[in-house]
Amino acid sequence: MLYRENGQFKTGYAEDQQIFPIRQDRIVILVLVAVAFLAVPLLANEYLLRAILIPFLILSLAALGLNVLVGYCGQISLGTGAFMAVGAYAAYNLQVRIDGTPLLVSLLFGGFCATVAGVVFGIPSLRIKGLYLAVATLAAQFFFDWAFLRIKWFTNYAASGSVAVADLSAFGLPVVTPVQKYLFCLSIVALCALLVKNLVRGHVGREWMAIRDMDVAAAVIGIRPVYAKLSAFAVSSFIVGIAGAMWGFVYLGSWEPSAFSIDRSFQLLFMVIIGGLGSIMGSFFGAAFIVVLPIVLDRLLPALGAGVGLHVDTATVSHVVLMIYGSLIVFFLIVEPHGLARLWSMGKEKLRLWPFPH
Amino acid sequence: MGPFLETLLGGLMTGMLYSLIALGFVLIFKASGVFNFAQGAMVLFAALAMARFSEWISRGIGVPAGGWAANLLAFAVAMAIMVAVAWLIEKLVLGKLVNQEGITLLMATLGIAYFLDGFGQTLFGSDIYKIDVGLPKDPLFLFENTFQGGVLVNKEELYAAAIAAALVALLALFFQKTTTGRALRAVADDHQAAQSIGIPLNRIWVIVWSVAGFVALVAGIIWGSKLGVQFSLSLVALKALPVVILGGLTSVPGAIIGGLIIGVGEKLSEIYIGPMLGGGIEIWFAYVMALFFLLVRPQGLFGEKIIDRV
Amino acid sequence: MKSKSLPLVAAIVAAALSATAPAAFAQAKEQFIPVLSYRTGAYAPNGVPFANGYVDYLKYVNAKGGLNGVRIIYEECDTSYQTDKGVECYERLKGKHGGASLVEPLSTGITFALTDKAPGDKIPIITTGYGRSDSADGNVFKWNFPLLGTYWSAADILVNYIGKKEGGLAKLKGKKLTLVYADHPYGKEPIPYLQEASKMHGFELQLLPVALPGIEQKSTWLQIRQSRPDYLFLWGWGVMNSTSLKEAVATGFPRDKMYGVWWSGAEPDVKDVGDGAKGYNALTLQHGAEPNAKITKDILATIHGKGQGTGPKEEVGSVLYTRGLLASMLATEGIKRAQERFGKGKVMTGEQVRWGLENLALDQKKIDALGFTGVMRPTSTSCADHRGDAWARIHTWDGAKWNFTSDWLQPDDSVIKPMVKASADKYAAEKKLTRRTPEDCQSAGGS
Repeated sequence: MLYRENGQFKTGYAEDQQIFPIRQDRIVILVLVAVAFLAVPLLANEYLLRAILIPFLILSLAALGLNVLVGYCGQISLGTGAFMAVGAYAAYNLQVRIDGTPLLVSLLFGGFCATVAGVVFGIPSLRIKGLYLAVATLAAQFFFDWAFLRIKWFTNYAASGSVAVADLSAFGLPVVTPVQKYLFCLSIVALCALLVKNLVRGHVGREWMAIRDMDVAAAVIGIRPVYAKLSAFAVSSFIVGIAGAMWGFVYLGSWEPSAFSIDRSFQLLFMVIIGGLGSIMGSFFGAAFIVVLPIVLDRLLPALGAGVGLHVDTATVSHVVLMIYGSLIVFFLIVEPHGLARLWSMGKEKLRLWPFPH
Repeated sequence: MGPFLETLLGGLMTGMLYSLIALGFVLIFKASGVFNFAQGAMVLFAALAMARFSEWISRGIGVPAGGWAANLLAFAVAMAIMVAVAWLIEKLVLGKLVNQEGITLLMATLGIAYFLDGFGQTLFGSDIYKIDVGLPKDPLFLFENTFQGGVLVNKEELYAAAIAAALVALLALFFQKTTTGRALRAVADDHQAAQSIGIPLNRIWVIVWSVAGFVALVAGIIWGSKLGVQFSLSLVALKALPVVILGGLTSVPGAIIGGLIIGVGEKLSEIYIGPMLGGGIEIWFAYVMALFFLLVRPQGLFGEKIIDRV
Repeated sequence: MKSKSLPLVAAIVAAALSATAPAAFAQAKEQFIPVLSYRTGAYAPNGVPFANGYVDYLKYVNAKGGLNGVRIIYEECDTSYQTDKGVECYERLKGKHGGASLVEPLSTGITFALTDKAPGDKIPIITTGYGRSDSADGNVFKWNFPLLGTYWSAADILVNYIGKKEGGLAKLKGKKLTLVYADHPYGKEPIPYLQEASKMHGFELQLLPVALPGIEQKSTWLQIRQSRPDYLFLWGWGVMNSTSLKEAVATGFPRDKMYGVWWSGAEPDVKDVGDGAKGYNALTLQHGAEPNAKITKDILATIHGKGQGTGPKEEVGSVLYTRGLLASMLATEGIKRAQERFGKGKVMTGEQVRWGLENLALDQKKIDALGFTGVMRPTSTSCADHRGDAWARIHTWDGAKWNFTSDWLQPDDSVIKPMVKASADKYAAEKKLTRRTPEDCQSAGGS
């Protein structure tokens, strides 16, 4: 009843090719953007911004990047943490060595360096496929783990190996308080999401999906695997690199290489799978799920325990969080292997028929 | 020359230890097509069960800890637990995820890994526990006359390598000579054909995961005896992954040979190239080595060729 | 997903979100101390006794009437020794119950991350025996307190000790010293000092990093076997320590040539190596294993006797447990000192606690009164010196327990202080801070 396309006629190619061709969709997105940009900064408290929304935004950007590679192009990569690290350290080095570099330039430089790294470590994908490629990308993960620990030039010869940035500002506006950081991250994420959505809708995206579905057939009809696979690695690493730079600069402030370890890579892969492979919305859903879940469990379990009269110590809470985390992932995979994005689109389909059952 | 021999021997033996863990991966992949990222967690879980039960049994019955009785009973109990885990995994996870894509199954095993990590530590505790199966700890020095200081051979690892070899021989016998073994090979070859001749897939998967659990238990005992049983034991699996892909995901001899190659490569690189680069390179060197082998043979040295039909 | 389970899921989520709502208002006379601990993960065997000691002492203070009548509330948060989890714990706890009065991160990595945040949040960071060595310079690091000792003082004491063993620091010339360290800010901290010392005394320094968690050390020890050092310093944490000792046994390296820093010299590190670790020496952060100290007996009686102990009774008096007691004691003494200036029996703010920590004066009488006789030596802090006196001893494992094998040792501050100042200056230049003025040191309440 509400979600119908009746009466919405397209009278031009531009209208036909919109990202959101249905007016109701456009309205919902506009409301969402308005809430995100206007309502949340005014209403959310500092803890919510600092500890939940900012990591959610940055990780959803990284998940977006990974989704391009795994979801749209079908190349499994377990080295995402390493590319985030490359982005972060490259941005740090530019910021520290050339005084007065604008923050955005540093972030873009981080993305660019991550792109180079991604393409180099993506070359094996031309020969290796499937699970073998997944494990081979771990080479990137461990190599960069080691490189940022050992090669002192990257950390500006800091004796401890820890680096820090402070006093960020973009276009003259400071990016220091949680609200400013949140708006900064939100703008970049919105921009990148738009960029990726348009890439995916176009020629390049179709090439990626063709390679994902049947790469031999794609090669037969004239899609060059080299170009498609390496461009997927390039775009994915660019976005992941920016996300990594933002993670270090905006969220952590001060970091060491273990912030981008293999656990981060697995976490991002979880986000992509649970959110939905091959879906932009899916990256956001997955990131929300994975970011919020441990925090909710951390609060919920002692509260539940107190309700029952048991004092639950932090070790038990951590272990139980791990158990519930693992089981929920398995549960989601069983119930909806195509992820939360599929649930969302199913919901939309049901909404089209509502209030009729079929 | 002496140090080189030492490094070589050390690498070969470490490689055998990695193969122990790699065997678990290969077994499960061969029979059910699932890349079991939970193998490390299974090793930890099995080792924890063995260590704690050995302690509890010795305290409960009054036999000395580390003695034959305690260890044997603990082994039996731990094996029973691993079979139960295998059955549960098949029932709750694999059975519901039949026919899903490889990456979904991979993620499911990662979820199982997190679950086992948390569950194991909740049940058995997060301290460092001891496994004492009588493996000797002191070193053996060979050829002390030929080389200054002799060539160091780690007795514990020598025993471990022997156990690993025995395990492989046992598994080979199991696969070749018994009916269940033949059924497992049939399932590994082609699931649908095996089903069509009446082999019960579900039961086969439970058996395979139990055998993998047994391998995990043996690996857990050996690694646990070497390092002490605690959380980081599950991270040893990350060192066994290059072995698996280098040898080929579907090949048991590949796991052994891959292990030897990775072990030797790792140690030689760390000792001879490492100091030039500041040290600590063995982790990524193993992966990079595997990567280069894969560039030449994309399915690993002994793996099955992936045939794409268009 | 079935529609029936949706309301249930929604209910659970609603409950969870309400549980995350800001905590209820704190009662008037309560001082909040967050406890960042790690009871899970690869470092749990070492983190658990420390956390138990820390919390037990807080319970003990409450049992004895609190801080001049002010009750202590504490809340634990698990960091798993990871920097980002530590930062998340800090952010979550810093505003609760009226505001955290101080924080003890128990991780050098987390310390680095919090050093930038704490001045803005006005929460002092206590890093007993770890953290940044240059944070001893209170004129630059206003909010950091590396009490009882830093890694540079530890390295200095160890070098002087082995120098004494050789018959004089000059005799170290030409000797070989290997540092086996965790590839982590914690392990890298002593390197600048050791490089300085190797230049000063002429010994050869070999640096062997071990990737955390440190279970893979075979190549490290094969290299050690080939280079045959005269002395080996171990700077590990968690399971890396016992693995090092096991590899030392496996390669036949004499354990009595090994000297561990105070975080590598506790029971979890040697217990399962047992006899194999006989002869292994470690530095102690003032205290060692103290089963006979008055405070140990008091806590057993007051807290464990009433069944309120945080951990098992057998743990009380072990090395890391006692360290937890010490760290907790320094925290509460800092708050009490602040109360002496800003109002006895009142709840102290972070700034006031900072002043208290900066003006600690624990003399022998106070130490005796607190029950720490023989466990630590008198120490006092000042504006310029946030570390205080850094006494230490060496203890050796005999297969069953730790025994002290040296007198009380002190670091040579004439070597360390210039290094600290230079490093602190570099930090100040990077962060565009200026050194504190004497007026700032005197001011009440500090800003």
